[in-house]
Amino acid sequence: MAEKLLMKGNEAIAIAAIRCGCDGYFGYPITPQSEVMETLMEEKPWETTGMVVLQAESEVASINMLYGGAACGKKVMTSSSSPGISLMCEGFSYMAGAELPCLVANVVRGGPGLGSIQASQADYFQAVKGGGHGDYQLIVLAPNSVQEMYDFVDLGFELAFKYRNPALILTDGVIGQMMEKVELRPEKPRWTDEEIIKLHGSWATTGKTKDRPQHAVTSLALESAVLEKFNLKLIEKYKQLNELEVRFEKINCDDADYLIIAYGSASRVCEKAVELARNEGIKVGLLRPITLYPFPTKAIQDMVKQLKAIITVEMSAGQMVQDVRLAVNGAIPVEYFGRLGGIIPTPEEVVVALKNIIK
Amino acid sequence: MAMKGAIVVDRERCKGCGVCMVNCPVQVIGLTKEVNAKGYPICYMANPEECTGCTNCATVCPDSVITVYRVKV
Amino acid sequence: MDVKDIIKPENKVYGKCPVMTEKVLHYCPGCSHGTIHKLLAEVIDEMNIQDKTIAVSPVGCSVFAYNYIDIDWQQAAHGRACALATGVKRLCPDKYVFTYQGDGDLAAIGTAETIHACNRGENIVVILVNNAIYGMTGGQMSPLTLEGQVTSTTPYGRKIELNGYPLKITNLAAQLDGTCYVTRQSVQNAAAVRRTKKAIRKAFENSAQKKGTSLIEVVSSCNSGWKLSPIGANKWMEDNLFPFYPLGDLKDK
Repeated sequence: MAEKLLMKGNEAIAIAAIRCGCDGYFGYPITPQSEVMETLMEEKPWETTGMVVLQAESEVASINMLYGGAACGKKVMTSSSSPGISLMCEGFSYMAGAELPCLVANVVRGGPGLGSIQASQADYFQAVKGGGHGDYQLIVLAPNSVQEMYDFVDLGFELAFKYRNPALILTDGVIGQMMEKVELRPEKPRWTDEEIIKLHGSWATTGKTKDRPQHAVTSLALESAVLEKFNLKLIEKYKQLNELEVRFEKINCDDADYLIIAYGSASRVCEKAVELARNEGIKVGLLRPITLYPFPTKAIQDMVKQLKAIITVEMSAGQMVQDVRLAVNGAIPVEYFGRLGGIIPTPEEVVVALKNIIK
Repeated sequence: MAMKGAIVVDRERCKGCGVCMVNCPVQVIGLTKEVNAKGYPICYMANPEECTGCTNCATVCPDSVITVYRVKV
Repeated sequence: MDVKDIIKPENKVYGKCPVMTEKVLHYCPGCSHGTIHKLLAEVIDEMNIQDKTIAVSPVGCSVFAYNYIDIDWQQAAHGRACALATGVKRLCPDKYVFTYQGDGDLAAIGTAETIHACNRGENIVVILVNNAIYGMTGGQMSPLTLEGQVTSTTPYGRKIELNGYPLKITNLAAQLDGTCYVTRQSVQNAAAVRRTKKAIRKAFENSAQKKGTSLIEVVSSCNSGWKLSPIGANKWMEDNLFPFYPLGDLKDK
């Protein structure tokens, strides 16, 4: 029997990082995610796995410490919340441009500006449409349980290294703060120097030896033709992601006339809402995107024929709804229901919103 | 015992900045009237007999274009 | 003795360092960058640490430093070099890690990263090339631009009431407990070049001994930014920058 522990979502990220062979965490405190670094400091992984944990002077410094570590082929991560993530966007762009893997967790809070410390999903656009400058994408994972907070750390690293691209766990204060049982996965040791050279020796700055040319990790390409070629390479990478890495969950969709699309903590509310609506005879299902980038566009398109309408439920002013509308391309109505400012919609509110579109 | 020196200049890499020239303690170095493919004048031994091979010119050269040779005479 | 008899391999006493690549430096004639690059390459060569050195290049004229020194490099966002170097050194403690930054990069946009890396005592070497101007973007004022100095953004000279005072960032770094060696050097003549090389060697040895951060400011010229000849720029530097940024060790512990 695998070991099960009761823990907070934020703690799960920290414990998972240590257990999946993360080399370094660099972060800066911000509510509602400070438990990630606090847990790591408490656990002292530098005495066990050798993982480095460092409190940086800012989120700008944190993400750039990740750049330094990632360019050496190391598994590095950080976590923050919305305002801190805004500061990191410069670093995301540079890391995507230098094709560096890393893992970032955004425990989203209400915005804009200093906003609130309550849970929100208002950073969807920032996560899936860029945030920083230039044509790039992050790999975006949206957990809806503490178990997934734990599991997506390892998955995030796996995808980040497979595609040499930053990966982001987009979660919120609800999942970060709530406690659930977590099944611990088998531990993975950190990569040795020899393993890093074997796995990433073609690009990482591991020290220039006589038997190979110098490695220069950079996002600079002053010649237009060179930069265009690089951008095309990135597009190809994102195409691959869209073909191979889309993840989603469907609940009660087989006979559904109506579809709710929700991710993260909003999807937990919607699971209950589906149950309540079905008790009233409404044939409704739930599609939960697990990867927000790549987005489950095709999964939605495949369902359009059986559906009368779609409603997205978001803790934002309606951001993901735009991607759903793009997928559906006008074939059926796509509506949005949400609460803002850190308010979590209730299942009953969702059912009312659903009934409004049925009318 | 005296030292006798000589320099060899990578003519295509020289940018003719003249920093070597003013750093030569015995005024060996001059700049050519003709220019290289980049359009720069080139440093050269205008008074080769004076060179002691002290390496000052090569030490200050920003472009590493000077190689210095020295013998005891 | 004929020159031909002197120019023989066995008589060679100084030449291009093998840790420098074959690429032609893109810097302006007489630019200090090339000399400082060469010194770093020579120290790396003499310490035989080419495979143990990881360097971080900035945004600025020396953004392409990786084209010239034949070691592994990371190119940082503007000002962030010390944060990258922190990440590298913490995760690869056996490596020699240095940043190479200009005064605009290190002391304006990168002040926080620089000061905090120095204050943590990261076992890295920080090379600050201070030419009192933003060279690459076309000669704008930097925090280290002198009072009265004409730049493209201070066309009537830097005015204290408008732009504040020139920032002696190196003096600031010397005050921090995390720095072990802080020095101000130059490369305009052979003696100065040799002193700067000694300083670089010492800084690298400090990081091997885990003594803390070493910061070497090299007061440099930017003849095109200053609109002077290479030799005239060195003269201007001696007359104007040296009095305000006096050379020598500020700290050596």
